Amino acid sequence: MANPSPVKSEKSEDRRWRLVNRTMRMHGGRPDALIETLHVIQESFGYLDLDALKYVAQSLRLPLSRVYGVATFYHFFSLKPPGEHTCVVCTGTACYIAGSSAILKQVREDLGISENQTTPDNKVSLLTARCMGSCGLAPAVVFDGEVKGKMTPASVMAQLGRWRHDDD
Amino acid sequence: MMTIEELQDIGRLEKEKQEGFRHRIHVCVAAGCLSCQSGLVKDALEKEVSRRGLESWCQVKGVGCLGLCSAGPLVSIEPDGVLYKGVEVSDASDILESLGGSPISRLECSLEQPFFRKREKIVLENCGKIDPESVEDYISENGYEALYTALRLMTPNEVVDQVVRSGLRGRGGAGFPTGLKWTTVAKAGGSIKFVVCNADEGDPGAFMDRSVLESDPHRVLEGMAIAAVAVGASYGFIYLRAEYPLAVKRIRTAIARAERLGVIGHNIFNTTFSFDVKVRLGAGAFVCGEETALLASIEGRRGSPRPRPPYPAEHGLWGYPTLINNVETFANIAPIIRKGGDWFASIGVGKSKGTKVFALAGHVKNTGLIEVPMGTSLRVIIYEIGGGIQGDRRFKAVQSGGPSGGCLPERFLDMSMDYESLAQAGSIMGSGGLIIMDESSCMVDVARFFVEFCMTESCGKCAPCRIGTAQIYNTLKKITEGEGKPSDLELLDELCDLVKNTSLCGLGQTAPNPVLSTMKYFLNEYKAHTDDHTCPSCACRMNNHAEEQK
Amino acid sequence: MRPPAFLQTALERDVHPVKVVTFKIDDRDVTAREDETILTVARQNGIFIPTLCHLEGLSERGACRLCLVEIKNSPRLAPACVTIPRQDMEVITNSERVQNYRKRILELILTERNHVCSVCVSNGRCDLQQLTVDLGITHVHYDYLYPKHEIDATHERFSIDHNRCVLCLRCVRVCDEIEGAHTWDIMSRGILSRVITDLNQPWGSSETCTGCGKCVHVCPTAALTEKGKSVAEMTKKRQFLPYLEMMRKEELR
Repeated sequence: MANPSPVKSEKSEDRRWRLVNRTMRMHGGRPDALIETLHVIQESFGYLDLDALKYVAQSLRLPLSRVYGVATFYHFFSLKPPGEHTCVVCTGTACYIAGSSAILKQVREDLGISENQTTPDNKVSLLTARCMGSCGLAPAVVFDGEVKGKMTPASVMAQLGRWRHDDD
Repeated sequence: MMTIEELQDIGRLEKEKQEGFRHRIHVCVAAGCLSCQSGLVKDALEKEVSRRGLESWCQVKGVGCLGLCSAGPLVSIEPDGVLYKGVEVSDASDILESLGGSPISRLECSLEQPFFRKREKIVLENCGKIDPESVEDYISENGYEALYTALRLMTPNEVVDQVVRSGLRGRGGAGFPTGLKWTTVAKAGGSIKFVVCNADEGDPGAFMDRSVLESDPHRVLEGMAIAAVAVGASYGFIYLRAEYPLAVKRIRTAIARAERLGVIGHNIFNTTFSFDVKVRLGAGAFVCGEETALLASIEGRRGSPRPRPPYPAEHGLWGYPTLINNVETFANIAPIIRKGGDWFASIGVGKSKGTKVFALAGHVKNTGLIEVPMGTSLRVIIYEIGGGIQGDRRFKAVQSGGPSGGCLPERFLDMSMDYESLAQAGSIMGSGGLIIMDESSCMVDVARFFVEFCMTESCGKCAPCRIGTAQIYNTLKKITEGEGKPSDLELLDELCDLVKNTSLCGLGQTAPNPVLSTMKYFLNEYKAHTDDHTCPSCACRMNNHAEEQK
Repeated sequence: MRPPAFLQTALERDVHPVKVVTFKIDDRDVTAREDETILTVARQNGIFIPTLCHLEGLSERGACRLCLVEIKNSPRLAPACVTIPRQDMEVITNSERVQNYRKRILELILTERNHVCSVCVSNGRCDLQQLTVDLGITHVHYDYLYPKHEIDATHERFSIDHNRCVLCLRCVRVCDEIEGAHTWDIMSRGILSRVITDLNQPWGSSETCTGCGKCVHVCPTAALTEKGKSVAEMTKKRQFLPYLEMMRKEELR
């Protein structure tokens, strides 16, 4: 499974949880470790689930509602598991005037999902970003963490097509 | 422990080592070129060098941004001073073949073009020259010498004084005099103080901080350390966007290597001075560029700004005096200490001293990073350096300062780019993003774009920004969809005035700027939308609707 | 052993004498202790400044912006609830400019969610309603945003109707600062912000809520109410706040 839900009882054995615990320890278990810890969880598990938020709240001795408030304030964090692949369309200014909205429209129509959603077959998650600083290559799209510049609706659809049929 | 002699030895050895190579091939490995596969190009070149057994003759080095992102991947050949553009993996063999002979004409990118000739590099002086992951390479370009000078040969007051004399102003947006900020923090009482580097480059269309951090991270660290010496701080934070993974990696590497050499960390240069720097990652919130919100975020809280005063200079991180400057501001510090505040003040115009790095993007031929003296005109930037508008279409507007800035029309082309002139025209310097737009862009739609940005980035704490931006957005959306009425323009005016004057922080106070500036300079476009329900640039959705209906 | 409280205060005063500033509010000469805000001094002198997020006894947020005042020779308006007066400052609380802005901000707040008084349990006893009367608002000239929010009635004694919430965060502050439970906080951001209990779960299932009801009584509108109240029946009792504040200070002495 790509994104197993973090299980409470295995927090000391799972390598990923050891990493999370190490982050909190390095920050002396202080409240200011919260965002750094959430980053590590998201990186290890792909998203933040409620169980993980609860664990962090207890470990850093923070109110549950405050942890939830922080996790939902920052758009980099996701409370939903992502699909196998992620496609992030940049909607920064340079990309916008270079036609990123046409790309986004095409992807939405073709995948039948909107931003921050995952296709029903769990293959592709569609996200948007506010400028990745690749304005010189607008419009930019990030496929599974790799930035590609000077994209067109057709070239984006080609990549998505490869993903969707890769193990058919 | 490091002495100045050891520092100079490291630099000299590195220089000698590099000069020992007859040919040095610099491959840009900053994010722009990396996304055009420059990493593979570098691998191919390295493989080719070893295949030919030229390791002792020819060095292949990954360097930071060479500037002209639109022509990437860029490769420069030193010491010949040849620049290649659009290099592909298959070109590796030809490049090695040509070393020592005449350059390959099909790849050559003229360094004589205005894009390179018109630049004046202070902040970017090492970009494209040094290996960003090598502290030795930085030291070979006089790196950390300014820190030594500040720490061993000057008093903290003298350091602050040089920054005051330089006339340097904050490069992050508002242009607050850096020397004044340093003076305030230096005067603040207490033994615990912080230096924070704002690297939360959130303006869409701005990527100079990213490039500096990716290309020359030690310069920023050195600037921060000098600031710490000057104001008496011993802890530092770099608040960096998580959206810039490469910059995060490079600055972390830089901190580790600088600590190992003893130029950052404990007892720097055999003194009692210590400076401990940590990286904190942002998490996708534009408002965290506002200093009080940034501090809240470092403390692990929601990035909501708080009313000022008290200012962070007196009451910052965990209540301690905190100096916050932007990446580019810190990048200017080492040269100022090395060459003196008066030298810096001799560059630029009026109250805007030194140079400014601009990120050139949009409908312009050459996109990328440029550094020019303050006061350079827009015409020089767009038509000479930028090479003019793509497809030689007509220039319509330039957007500066990101979502807090404004759109300026053609008649400002000869305006000098400095803090005062930009503010007078209804825009701001901001962090330095310049988006050039041609006649195909609809100004109402651009205003709608920016307001949507501010609406989704508003933290929601104060009522005018939270609700006001939503109301402005709804009105603009209606107008761009052809549902606007003439009275909507009055409503927009009123809402913008309200949000601008009553919001809690800079985000809300400047959010209406794109609307106000486009209404001021392109009112006829608004009127075409509200009175005739047409979009003169055919960019708005109503035209799409019309076409679809046909 | 610590000296008795009165002596300690006297000693403290000798070492750090309390500074007093004199300044003007609406052309009236007033004096303030150095740590008092413009709002406090105005209220002491019977000068009206509207507020919504402010509540005596809770920390200040400076967020609703209804208490904005003009300060002579300053281009920027200042929130009276967090601004400390300086010597000889001239504060103007009732200029046309300020009054206009306040009205429009309140109008914005009225458009954000759903505030229909005639069917409301707080009708006639609502801070928001009172403000519209105080500021003389008779109609709203912006479009209503009217998002559809849910009502959470899972708590056995209380319920929350997000449609009536003005995001003043009094509930969050009283729960954190006075009750010490920090059950409430705020999620998301901007126009999508919403107050939550624990991990955004039904109030009734909250593990941390003590059921003390302080949040209900500090809430300015009928967002937080006691169950079983009908139209215009919900009275908010806030005497506990100054009392608890006083008792806490007593403990520290």
